[in-house]
Amino acid sequence: MIAATIPAQRPPDARLLAIDAAGQITQVSRSNFPDLLRAGDVVIANDAATLPASLSGIHSRTGATIEVRLAGRWSLEPEAVKDFSAIVFGEGTYQTPTEHRPSPPELRGGDDLRLGSLHATVACLLDHPRLALLRFEGSFEEIWRGLVRQGRPIQYAHVPVPLAIWDTWTPIAGLPAAFEPPSASFILNWSILDLMIRRGVYFGTVTHAAGISSTGDPELDARLPFDEPYRIPESTARLVREARERDGRVIAIGTTVVRALEHAAETNGVLRAGEDLATQRIGRETRLRIVDAIVSGTHEPGTSHYELLRAFVTNEGLEHMNAELEEHGYRTHEFGDSIFVERMNVTAASVSPRNQNGEPLAGAFSPHREPLI
Amino acid sequence: MAKHKAERPEKTAENATSVWNGMRVAITGGTSGLGKELALALQNSGAKVAFVARDRARVEELLRKTPALHGVVGDVSSKDDIYPIAIQFLGALGGVDVLINNASALGPVPLVPLADTNCEDLELALQTNVLGPFRLTKALLGSLAASAREGRHTAVLNISSDAAINPYPNWGAYGASKAALHQLSQIWDQELALQGIRVLSLDPGDMDTPLHALAVPDADRSTLKSPESAAREVLATLQSLLLETKGEPHPNTQAALQ
Repeated sequence: MIAATIPAQRPPDARLLAIDAAGQITQVSRSNFPDLLRAGDVVIANDAATLPASLSGIHSRTGATIEVRLAGRWSLEPEAVKDFSAIVFGEGTYQTPTEHRPSPPELRGGDDLRLGSLHATVACLLDHPRLALLRFEGSFEEIWRGLVRQGRPIQYAHVPVPLAIWDTWTPIAGLPAAFEPPSASFILNWSILDLMIRRGVYFGTVTHAAGISSTGDPELDARLPFDEPYRIPESTARLVREARERDGRVIAIGTTVVRALEHAAETNGVLRAGEDLATQRIGRETRLRIVDAIVSGTHEPGTSHYELLRAFVTNEGLEHMNAELEEHGYRTHEFGDSIFVERMNVTAASVSPRNQNGEPLAGAFSPHREPLI
Repeated sequence: MAKHKAERPEKTAENATSVWNGMRVAITGGTSGLGKELALALQNSGAKVAFVARDRARVEELLRKTPALHGVVGDVSSKDDIYPIAIQFLGALGGVDVLINNASALGPVPLVPLADTNCEDLELALQTNVLGPFRLTKALLGSLAASAREGRHTAVLNISSDAAINPYPNWGAYGASKAALHQLSQIWDQELALQGIRVLSLDPGDMDTPLHALAVPDADRSTLKSPESAAREVLATLQSLLLETKGEPHPNTQAALQ
């Protein structure tokens, strides 16, 4: 697919390809996204704002120039900014494709990193020479101040112009918690939200610390997504419960919303409000308990975002969709076009539903629905 | 890691004295005059308060006296400062329920007729009094809307002036900018009603503040309202607004409270 290279969140010519539960494909102008919704549906988006998570600085022991990309955190609490996992590159900028970036100098526990006014120590490596656990010095307010001074949005070579923070904040962005934009929400704006609400569609949010999408290293990429903290407000949990009761669809804007909602319902299919850490991977084997449809960007096969779609559609459906995206020149990456994928209603099960122990599930959830997948 | 924390207090408790308790308030121009008194009064009433001001020494001085406040150094008239300010507010408070756009610029000092006003002075008044509040409100809108969806009291308070309404000679830059802010507030209040966010523009009256001293150096200060009493009045008005049910978000963003 063609990379979207201009940081415009809602380009007027943005398109959306929709595939419904029966596998039917429709293509619409993306601004007509609300036409795909029905009264009674509930739309859930990730309202995490994007941190300026790329920090350039010096590895003190060697004097080498490095770029640190914050990649993970264990809680959304604003005070919890002392410890981050981070990908570390050697010298260079985002203009060099990530896979060609040089490695950092050898990182050892106790190494000191100077990142502008921020000061961090390598606590340990996380089973990879580029992935480290960092501990920042100072009070949490000093760390926030250092982040806004020294940090720049993480970006990749396909967008040549430097991104400003506002390029990376979705219109609904609230708590700064994401390491890269939860870009599926670029589809939204306040006029669309108003229109949805007036049409009887419900809207809620989760806050999910969306992690980085690419590390430049196949071994590390295979570990994505890393663990991500999220918070589901009680008001959102209530909207989802009520959608179930009236048979409305739960539509997730973005893969992070799917991950948060499905993680919070993992135990017994009931969505729990509150903060937790999403650790699971979603793919072909996943039985979706909450989400009926996803709005996402277009993604290259093999990425974790793409693999997540297999929980919604069969391999054949996905191949069909991909062929259409290719044929019609859809643009990919965070500023690209979008897809709307409804969970497929397939009777010929390619995977039978199973619980966490791998035992077959029978009628364990959603009694009002046909068995899916 | 904090798991399944207790949900924050919702607005079912309509005890007027508790409306500020636990509320997360961000104030611009927090080191002097009305802004400082608002910060102190809100903090005393149990709110979590973060403020921004330009002068680092003054921010630090206020934090030394009142360490429970969260101080940010920044200039709301500068486009590049807005997101750093917003991020530090959100980092300090974990979210914003009430934003008070209080920081103001007078325009030319001493005050002069419009014909003698430099374009740059008008620009600065517009940057500080209109664009700054507009940008900061936009940057915090996601957080404000999230707060409203969760059933918390949510508002933006823009500090206005009677110069927004009355055409006082020599107050052209200030008056025109405050008029713009006033109109912006009223339109925004209507547009954000569905989201449950109230936007209010309030005239605190003539106060004995550094800004007033710049504007009217020879004023009889005994005739001016103290910023403390102006802050009390402003907060009383804001409190009645917050307690009105009109601030509820549309039920489609928040299932009916039990």
